[in-house]
Amino acid sequence: MLADKDRIFTNLYGFQDWRLSGARARGDWDNTRALMADGPDAIIDVVKASGLRGRGGAGFPTGMKWGFMPKEPKEGRPNFLVINADESEPGSCKDREIIRHDPHKLIEGALIAGFAMRARAAYIYIRGEYVRESETLFAAVAEAYAAGLLGKNAAGSGYQFDLFVHRGSGAYICGEETAMLESLEGKPGKPRLKPPFPAGAGLYGCPTTVNNVESIAVVPTILRRGAAWFAAIGRPKNEGTKLFQISGHVNKPCVVEEAMSIPFRQLIDEHAGGIRGGWDNLLAVIPGGSSVPLVPAEQIIDAPMDFDTLRDLKSGLGTAAIIVMDKSTDVVRAIARLSYFYKHESCGQCTPCREGTGWMWRVMERLRTGEADLSEIDLLEDVSKQIEGHTICALGDAAAWPVQGLIRHYRPELERRILARKAAEAEPLPVAAE
Amino acid sequence: MADASVNDPNHPDIRARWGGFAWTAENRERAAAIIARYPPGRQQSAVMPLLDLAQRQVAEETASGGWLPMPVIEYVARELGMPPMRAYEVATFYTMFNLQPVGRYLVQVCGTTPCMLQGSDDVFAACKAKGLKKGEITHGGLFTLAEVECIGACANAPVVQVNDDNYEDLDFDRTLAILNALERGESPAPGSSTGRQTSCPEGGPTTLRTMAVENHDYRGEWA
Repeated sequence: MLADKDRIFTNLYGFQDWRLSGARARGDWDNTRALMADGPDAIIDVVKASGLRGRGGAGFPTGMKWGFMPKEPKEGRPNFLVINADESEPGSCKDREIIRHDPHKLIEGALIAGFAMRARAAYIYIRGEYVRESETLFAAVAEAYAAGLLGKNAAGSGYQFDLFVHRGSGAYICGEETAMLESLEGKPGKPRLKPPFPAGAGLYGCPTTVNNVESIAVVPTILRRGAAWFAAIGRPKNEGTKLFQISGHVNKPCVVEEAMSIPFRQLIDEHAGGIRGGWDNLLAVIPGGSSVPLVPAEQIIDAPMDFDTLRDLKSGLGTAAIIVMDKSTDVVRAIARLSYFYKHESCGQCTPCREGTGWMWRVMERLRTGEADLSEIDLLEDVSKQIEGHTICALGDAAAWPVQGLIRHYRPELERRILARKAAEAEPLPVAAE
Repeated sequence: MADASVNDPNHPDIRARWGGFAWTAENRERAAAIIARYPPGRQQSAVMPLLDLAQRQVAEETASGGWLPMPVIEYVARELGMPPMRAYEVATFYTMFNLQPVGRYLVQVCGTTPCMLQGSDDVFAACKAKGLKKGEITHGGLFTLAEVECIGACANAPVVQVNDDNYEDLDFDRTLAILNALERGESPAPGSSTGRQTSCPEGGPTTLRTMAVENHDYRGEWA
């Protein structure tokens, strides 16, 4: 188990005060100026050396991403940092805990990251449903301004940096980085074609980097403790600590910070009270939020929870939102409900996604009840592959993958339902005796 | 809501009622502060926060959950110097803008898979047993039921969001108890309905136990 002293989010559960005084007593904002003293490139080098990979799902190396930003912003085209707090991926609920219980880690991280990428301003885009969480965040930002930690000469560093909070209004798609930029500009959140990438032309046409809340909030601690400390946790290329969010059929659902690459069984036994009904009762796990394919019990029980292992299991770590399903689960319904989610959340811009998500959901419902024909299983898989990779953003892929995962692992169950239904319909209806 | 004027945000009656909508003095200041968050000339960025502010003002004026009649959307567009159509596009794209009136309490039950696995069927059953109906105003203007997509509190599933507050770790009985309390005019405490600390494991933390008793500074233990 990760030692408590090596946890970054020490106020994860909000037992203590989130305000500046409480955060300072835990070590936040301690001589931040010194962390910035060696200049932007030194910070990027430390983040690169730490091995930090983006915590929003894709796992792209954070330091490398920052390095794509122009080192000398042109007049009238400032660099922007946008922090993605649109946490809407079913299963994900970690950024919420950072924002409401450790907001100053995020704000201090925003200053340091903004400085490293030569941004003069950052926006935190928080999902609209996090009303109370955004109230905390607005208040924490105001505290930071009042204490001279943001604004002119932020934290005494000599650097001017402004931070603004922007509340969304209920659209999953705005978690996609270019949809987020559209939304920030006051438009419907419809993803942009890439290229140009945001680092070239993002918010208001200016160079922009979009980072997840957790990616930013871990940075101050990495700088204080050194890249080697962070890189020593987890397996190579999967370094660091990670907030795991455990929901579904465990005895004690929770959010917990653990070492990357912790084996699934250990994570669940030590923190979530084990699987409901014991390990023999585990059916399958969605290990990284709704967008990644499910993994059957026998494949995941001893798997290290990290980017590369789960990729090799044809799934993904995603946001480390672990949705556990025991043997009482109607697994077809569980995935069909995700298909409904993607149908609901498709922005409607690309035809394969707009039409395909609804089409997949309707077929999934037929498979759930067994009304479908056996041939529809292959048809569904085929259609899912025509959606995947044929849309501007990854929502089409995210809608296709859970369905493909279901077919890959549970085809016999799909067939059983269809045959059972056909058999029931073939039996003559009982006729009342006369 | 058999009354057609209520369902049509562009109905003459709606225009007559809301055509004169304007910020209250307090909201005018709030609106100015919101617009100031964005660079000069980029005030369109403020359209979502201002629509939200407008919806909240409508909520206060009507003692309901709030919604956006067409003239109110047009007012926000004028305030930002943008074509009304651009504001209308935003109001229709995002689910948190209500284009029809809702009850005093908008009961938003999460039905997405993590909540479904943890018993959102029972939460819906409790709402239906209480007489709530999806998309309808019931109980003399008190409730509107909605099924929403993932609210982002999955470790505390199943979850219901009532206006701005979450009620978590629900079951049939506790959902009913919250609805009954709201009906009596009470303000039930938001958060976990089982009394557990936020997303900490039930029965107490498995990590950082010291933090449960004191605001511990771990830096002294860093090697």
